Order: sequence, then C-alpha cells, then structure tokens
Amino acid sequence: MTATVDRPRRMVVIEQAAILARRSVVNTWRQPAAWTPSIIFPLMMAAIYSAQFERVTELPQFPEVDSFLQFILPATILQGISFNAGEAGSALATDIETGFFDRLMASPVGRQSVLIGRLAGAAAFSALLAAVLMVIFVVFGAAPEGGLASALAIVVIAAALSLSIGGISVAVALWTGSPEATQAVFPLTFIAIFVSSAFFPTELMSGWYKTAAEANPFTFIIDPTRRLAIDGFSFADLGQALFWIAVVGVFTLGLSYRAYLARLRRS
Amino acid sequence: MTSTHVSEREFSPYWSTVEILTRRALVRLVRMPSLLIPMLVMPAFFAVSFTGTFEGVTRVEAFPTDEFINWVAAFAMVQGSIFAGIGAAGAMAQDLDNGFIDRLLVSPIRRSAIIVGPLVHTATRALVPVTVVLMIGTASGLDFPGGVAAVLIAYVAGIGASLVLGALGLAVVLHIGNIRAMAIVQVLAFGLMFPSIGQVPLSLMTGWLYDVARVNPATNVIRMARQGFIGDVSWADTWPGLLVIAIGIFWFGGWARWELEQRAP
Repeated sequence: MTATVDRPRRMVVIEQAAILARRSVVNTWRQPAAWTPSIIFPLMMAAIYSAQFERVTELPQFPEVDSFLQFILPATILQGISFNAGEAGSALATDIETGFFDRLMASPVGRQSVLIGRLAGAAAFSALLAAVLMVIFVVFGAAPEGGLASALAIVVIAAALSLSIGGISVAVALWTGSPEATQAVFPLTFIAIFVSSAFFPTELMSGWYKTAAEANPFTFIIDPTRRLAIDGFSFADLGQALFWIAVVGVFTLGLSYRAYLARLRRS
Repeated sequence: MTSTHVSEREFSPYWSTVEILTRRALVRLVRMPSLLIPMLVMPAFFAVSFTGTFEGVTRVEAFPTDEFINWVAAFAMVQGSIFAGIGAAGAMAQDLDNGFIDRLLVSPIRRSAIIVGPLVHTATRALVPVTVVLMIGTASGLDFPGGVAAVLIAYVAGIGASLVLGALGLAVVLHIGNIRAMAIVQVLAFGLMFPSIGQVPLSLMTGWLYDVARVNPATNVIRMARQGFIGDVSWADTWPGLLVIAIGIFWFGGWARWELEQRAP
C-alpha cells in the first residue's frame, strides 16, 4: 500500500485543494485583463468621490474622519474584491466550457477539493488585492488608524468576504456553465454594495432607501470594517464583521454547494 | 434623365439602406428582451441609487437645489443614454464577429450607411433611458421649472450623448475588430462621465477633479440636460452642450467611417 493511501482522507483533500487554489491564483495573475479592473476601477471611484465629497465630511451627521478617502477605504476594498470574486466564478465557468472541469471529475481528485480550491484561490488573491489597495491608500495619506493590526484585520475581512461573495458567482457558474451569465452577476453585487453604507453614511440618507441600506448585510460588514480604519483596531469590530460575513457565507456557499452537487449529478 | 431625377434615385437607396439597418437592429432588440433589461435597469438604478445614497450632499451650504433628484436626474439620463450608445457598438461588434459587416462591405451600398444605420438605432435606444428617468424622477418629486423645454432639452441631450458615444464605440470596435473592444468603450464612458458635474457642482469639488470636470466635455452636455430641472432653460447653458455633441458626432463619426474604409476589401 502506498503512502498516499495511508494518509488521512482529509489531508489529501486539503493538499489537492491547495494545488487547485495555487492554479487559480496563477491563472488569475497571468491574465492582467482579469484583475486590473479590480484595482483601477475602485481606485478611480475613490479618487473621484474623495474629491467630490470632501466637503460633506464637515456635516455634523458625518462620522469623524480625517478625510473622505479614509471613509471610503472599506468600500474601495469591497468593490475590488467583488470584481475579483466575480472573476472566480467566470474562471470556473470557463473551466466548464473548455472541458477542464469534466477532466477533473474523471480524475481521482476529491470532489470537495475542486470547489474549495477555487474559492480558496479567490480568497488568497483577494487578500493580496486588499493589501495592494491598502498600500495605495497609505501612500495617499489615508492609513488605517490602528496601524498594522487594523490593516491585517481588514485584509482578513477582505479574504473572508471574497469567499462569501464568490459563492454567488461560483453557484451561477456551476448552474449555467457560461462565463457571460456569470459576469452578469457583478452588477447585482454592485447594486447591493451601493445600497449600503459603503459610499455614504446612512445617517445622511432618508426614507425607504435609508431603511434598505440599514438592513443590508453589507452595512453590517462595512460599518465595523470602517471603524477598524478610522477608530483603530478592536477584536469586537473584527468579530462583528466576520460574524456577518459568516451569515452571508452560509447562504452563498450553501447555494454554491447545491449547484456543485447538481453539476456533479449531470457530469 | 434630369439631374433632379438622378439625385432622387441616389438619395432613396441610401436612406432605405439606413432604414433597413436600423430596423434590423431594432428587431433584434425586440426579439432579445435580455438586451432591453440593461437599458431599463441601469438608468433606473442610477436615478434611484444616486438619489438615495448621496441626497445628504444637498445639506452642504450653497448646493444649488434642495432635492438631489433635481441635480442627479440629468446625470442618470445622460449616463443611461451613453450605455444605449455603447449597446449599439456592441451590436456592431457582434456583426463583425459573425461576418455580417464584411458582407455589407462587398455589397453595392454606400459605406456611410453602415455607420449611419447603427447611429439612428442608437438615437432610438436613447429615448428609453431618458423616459425611464423622467418617469422615476416625476414619481420622486423631480421639479420642472423649465417646463416643457426642460423635457425637450433632456431628450436632445440624451440622444446627442448616445450618438457621440455610439460613434466613438463604433470607431473603437471597427479599429479593434471584435467584441473585446467593448471593455475599452465602457472604460472610456465611465472615465468621461464620472469626473464631471454629474453628482456635485464644480463649487463642491476639490483638487484635481475641479480642473478636470471644468474642461470635461461631458460637463457641458450634463449642464444642458439639467438646466430645466433646477431653473429656466437658457441659450447660454444650451449651446456649449450642442457644440460638444456636434463636434463629437462629426469627429468620432468620421473616425468610424475611416476605420470602416480600412476594413473594406
């Protein structure tokens, strides 16, 4: 009997998932057209909004911040990773379209490894993306108040959130097998982010829109993340953000797992 | 045969070609309702979400209006119209991919009709976002101090903006030659619209954005579209927008025509 057979099955799944995650990261990295929008578009929005809304920070209802750029840091990272998480689904749909997914299914790869590998790859790339965006914000004078601890906490939140958001695009990819249909999910994510406290404080909204923004799960995630950036590090804020990411993740990853099982039955 | 008769014979096939190409594009739009969804959803999203998210900005001293919808409606209309224009460029990209344009180029029709047809289609599409935003705006309390002229000038601005971006989109698509060109056209559209007076007036902007928005041609078109919702319609706020539209159509339309000639056998 070989050493591979002797190893616990869980270890084999983790090793295979790590290899597939690495493939996912390398694939993304080798296609700059896939990840440059994740950096350029959110930074462009941040640059424009910080120059447009700087005077709004003087309003009494606005949270105390050094600048609008500091206020918009979590929204910029969230936008970047939502682009990237969408790309994870598109890449999986491309694997389905090109037949790579079917070849994986025909090989002795653990079934869970394929899904875990894809999502872990997206999370790793999102952590890298968040770190790059943070460095750019620091260069432009919007460093997180809590220093390295806050910065690391925000990177962890970004990686975890990309798993939750990526769950939706991966589910659509598995259901449809179409990169175009998977890309169509991004506008929905963008709308969900927009109708939250990401770009403006809910204290300055009114009516049904304020109610919708306050009830949006993204608001529950962004508000503690923003406090990490503007007030400093706290385990309570990190815990609150991760808790709500987990709540969203139970739903989105559950959807992707169901879609995965349905795809396996069809394969 | 008189010269008048000859010119009529030449004129008629040209416009019937334009009409056929326009009708073909519109029929595709009707047969594929999924293409209609972005035209309806995007302007509605712009109008509702921008108003809801940024309405607090009207509390800043000297903001020109108390209701943010009065300020942002024009931006949503022009933005939606620009997406309508981009959509027409997307249709051209598909026609390039499936060889339809190559077949048109070897057929005995005037080549400018291949450009004018999609642009007429674009102008027709632009009616949708302007109408959607006007309806949502009216339901959200949009003011019309400029009266009927406010509505007419908004349609002119929307159609004009869609024609400019439609022509630019056609030129870029014909230059690159496939559907991937659409990503560049979308980036150009966003890059043009956001650093403008779309969301806040020049007086609120700080730093580099003020300088960019002041000279951004989109600022003139948005100012033209907006004037009737925050005050009276005036020639002073209208002619710069019309000039930008005229130059844009002439310049980018000419570029698209030139790119088409380069593809001809």
